[in-house]
Amino acid sequence: MNTSLNYAYYPGCSSTGTSVEYDMSSRAICAALGIQLQDVPDWSCCGSTPAHTVDHSLSSALSARNLDQVASMGLDSCITPCPSCLANLKTAKHKMQDENFRDKVNKLLEKPANTQVETKSVLQILVEDYGIENIKKKVVKPLTGLVVGAYYGCILNRPAELMQFDSREHPMAMDNIMEALGATVVPFPLKVECCGASFGIPRKDVVMRLSGKLLDTAQEIGALALVTACPLCQMNLDMRQSQINRANGTKHNIPIFYFTQLLGLALGLTEKELGMDKLCVSPRTLLNSIAKEEQIKEKAA
Amino acid sequence: MKIGVFVCHCGSNIEATVDTATVAAAAREFPGVVFATDTMYTCSEPGQDEIVDAIKEHNLDGIVVASCSPRMHEQTFRRTVERAGLNKYLFEMANIREHVSWIGKDREANTNKAVDLVRMASEKLMNNQPLYPKKFTINKRVLIIGGGVAGIQAALDCADGGLEVVMVEKTSTIGGKMAKLDKTFPTVDCSSCILGPRMVDVAQHPNITLYAFSEIEEINGYVGNFEIKVKKKATYVDWDACTGCGICMEKCPSKKATDTFNEEIDFTKAINIPFAQAIPKKAKIDPEFCTMLKKGKCGVCAKVCPSGCIDYEMKDEFITEKVGAIVTATGFDLFDWTVYEEYGGGRYPDVITSLQYERMLSASGPTGGHIKRPSDGKEPKDVVFIQCVGSRDKSVGRPYCTGFCCMYTAKQAILTKDHLPGSQSYVFYMDIRAAGKLYDEFTRRAMEEYDTNYIRGRVSMIYPKGDKLLVRGADTLMGTQVEVDADLVVLAVGAEASKGASKLAEKLRISYDSYGFYMEGHPKLKPVETNTAGVYLAGACQGPKDIPSSVAQGSAAAAKVLGLFSKDQLESDPQVSTVDIKRCIGCGKCIQTCPFGAIKEIDFRGMIKANVIETICQGCGICTSTCPQGAVQLQHSTDNQILSEVNALCQF
Ligand SMILES: Cc1cc2nc3c(=O)[nH]c(=O)nc-3n(C[C@H](O)[C@H](O)[C@H](O)COP(=O)(O)OP(=O)(O)OC[C@H]3O[C@@H](n4cnc5c(N)ncnc54)[C@H](O)[C@@H]3O)c2cc1C
Ligand code: SF4
Ligand code: SF4
Repeated sequence: MNTSLNYAYYPGCSSTGTSVEYDMSSRAICAALGIQLQDVPDWSCCGSTPAHTVDHSLSSALSARNLDQVASMGLDSCITPCPSCLANLKTAKHKMQDENFRDKVNKLLEKPANTQVETKSVLQILVEDYGIENIKKKVVKPLTGLVVGAYYGCILNRPAELMQFDSREHPMAMDNIMEALGATVVPFPLKVECCGASFGIPRKDVVMRLSGKLLDTAQEIGALALVTACPLCQMNLDMRQSQINRANGTKHNIPIFYFTQLLGLALGLTEKELGMDKLCVSPRTLLNSIAKEEQIKEKAA
Repeated sequence: MKIGVFVCHCGSNIEATVDTATVAAAAREFPGVVFATDTMYTCSEPGQDEIVDAIKEHNLDGIVVASCSPRMHEQTFRRTVERAGLNKYLFEMANIREHVSWIGKDREANTNKAVDLVRMASEKLMNNQPLYPKKFTINKRVLIIGGGVAGIQAALDCADGGLEVVMVEKTSTIGGKMAKLDKTFPTVDCSSCILGPRMVDVAQHPNITLYAFSEIEEINGYVGNFEIKVKKKATYVDWDACTGCGICMEKCPSKKATDTFNEEIDFTKAINIPFAQAIPKKAKIDPEFCTMLKKGKCGVCAKVCPSGCIDYEMKDEFITEKVGAIVTATGFDLFDWTVYEEYGGGRYPDVITSLQYERMLSASGPTGGHIKRPSDGKEPKDVVFIQCVGSRDKSVGRPYCTGFCCMYTAKQAILTKDHLPGSQSYVFYMDIRAAGKLYDEFTRRAMEEYDTNYIRGRVSMIYPKGDKLLVRGADTLMGTQVEVDADLVVLAVGAEASKGASKLAEKLRISYDSYGFYMEGHPKLKPVETNTAGVYLAGACQGPKDIPSSVAQGSAAAAKVLGLFSKDQLESDPQVSTVDIKRCIGCGKCIQTCPFGAIKEIDFRGMIKANVIETICQGCGICTSTCPQGAVQLQHSTDNQILSEVNALCQF
């Protein structure tokens, strides 16, 4: 194992609000695994969805500023838990290879941005830099009995040329991690489907339909929970689950975890540290049953 | 020397960006040039006559034509000057089309460049010598590589024309893909009924020697006199004695061998005969699955074989065959579609290939002609066909159209309805490419009479839903998303070059395109020739094509071979290397570098000298650049000739 894993950490805006538990659990597992994170000083919003729908150079300016901040830390790689931030940061770096575009963006900034920095997701460095085999060695509380489906969402690995990680149609990174943690992973056929994303605000019906289908499918394949790697996916499936139930006449009660939360649990971190109490659909019963299964197994041993 | 120069307009191909009159005028000032003119189409009859007349009128003894590539018309003009009584090597061509007019728009610069090229040609011409080809006898036997429908056609046509034919087929039976098909478009006639008898003809024809389960190891020689080393791969069964009774196959306990003939929809035995109508109908052991060959245990087949043909010690055997011409008909293979993760990447058993579906439709196939889902053996009701899988898709490196999958998909949709009248077929397509006699009518029949639902659009995703497969795609005509609950999905997987095509091309010394398909001599005018004399092409090895076109090419290649063999002797190309024995110091460098082994050591009055065997030399000229003495010279490209061109260009 590489003991000197050291990254700049870009939390992204949702980490300070709707997905605070993703941020907490990401930091907690990194600490537990000995991965050093240094917060990007004075980071700002990556531009999110609104910026690039209005103006590409504005969007890239917002992201480029953050990449420049990382470069000024003397680090060459930056990680973020959020796939949307990841896409923006990577897109900015890519588009700024074009001279004309770069000039346009730099005009919007105080000083020309250094965008040499490589950005990766927390998931990617866990798989590629830390290694699933090494994660397995650190598991103290296996997730025995947890039947889980991995849902990646539509942007985590797309476009493939830009994201350069896992498969664009059939990613396996989270499936493999969950399996290493001792969970029973059921293949989730809609793993790269759209959840409705930010349409939750202008067109709620879209999210009710798309996320509803994801929950229906989870139930059909017998998943007791889903793991996600995206704040927006998690929010649509978790926070809006009761709305979906109302809209579609369903009775889903499926906890939606961030993969980092379940990873933390298996590493022996406390529910508090992992922000389990922040989830809308309570994972209580499910977590209890995992703990019970584990006890039974220990006794049997 | 009195040189005549003809500068061609090539219609407007050259004239549009080269001032040919100026080029001709400039040429008149060159040393040796006594006549120069520009002409509309030099290659046409009046154009050629003009050359002949000028030779006679002006007593010319050398000709330069500035026109297209020598690839195109060097032979034409050599014949023209010969007609006027000159030696055909007292002719030079300046390529001012491909090298000038087609690649630059600046008329002045182009004209200057054309003048330079004409000057180079005429300077070289002044150093040309008349050359005389030698005659050699040809071996009138032909080798056919690949026993698909194209190879079979070529073999039968050649054999019926009286030639001795040697056919080498990689697998243990001939027939190629067509032998795997159920019916064929656009007539929906049974594939084995039309191919079977032709396969039998190959086996029974007194003029054909068939080496099945064999490959080409080595090819030496040249047109008229090739020497072929054939590797007969070990079958562990003595084929002279094997009667094809199939008892061994029945009793073999190893039941999980890969069944390539049935496209792996089922398993076969470790000892197997691919199918009942196989030619030759002989058993072979697949060592990967044979417990006797792997662990030294079993030996059942040896015990049960009534003819005692099993030989576990059998080794590969090498045979040498001498032939005068070669037809390569190695066909195609299917693209590995599992790169398409959106179609399940191979994870879903009920997503199958078109060729697997053919085996399923075939009455002699592993399901006895019943359409069954691989997952549970149930009859499907809703069958989805997806076209252009691994065709017309740059993202997987296959931008070309396979050309026949639109047609076979329509056929398979029709057959599906015939087999299962209660079924409904859906076809996702990009465009319908049905450009052939009775082809469009055929696809329309699938739509109109067989009620196939054609949906114009791509499929974005297939995923399991209960025991069905949900196929989601776009309907680009309706502008909507569509979802079909399918029981079975059939992928119209595109064609790619057959495995090992490029390796074989290197042995044959023929060229192939970036996808591995063999290059024809000219895309329009030489469809079955290659750029290597005596080597011809037929069928899908040149590019994906259907049965009618493959057969047409098989016959065309046979006609070419029969034409070649209509002479008893061929003329050798005198453009070969020769050694000036006075200059040669016998260092042997040329012997080491010649890639064709054409140079041998000889003893000349007690001294070692190099000697070129003219019939083996390919005229590549590698030896000339290694000789420290300049003793070995390539005729028609001697050092003096090349230097005169360089001097013409670098006049300072
Ligand atoms: C699913 C499907 C359905 C089709 N249906 C139709 C139809 O209905 N009508 C129609 O007109 N066309 C149809 N086709 C197209 C048809 O299969 C081809 O036109 C035809 O097979 C081409 O014949 P071929 O002899 O050129 O190549 P192949 O059939 O590929 O034969 C090539 C032969 O060469 C052998 N070979 C390869 N490499 C070597 C080597 N190095 N040394 C020795 N031997 C070698 C192979 O083993 C094979 O036997 C269909 C194709 C597919 C995939
Ligand atoms: S020896 Fe091999 S091929 Fe023969 S019966 Fe046994 S397993 Fe089959
Ligand atoms: S023939 Fe039809 S299905 Fe096949 S690649 Fe061409 S367009 Fe696609």
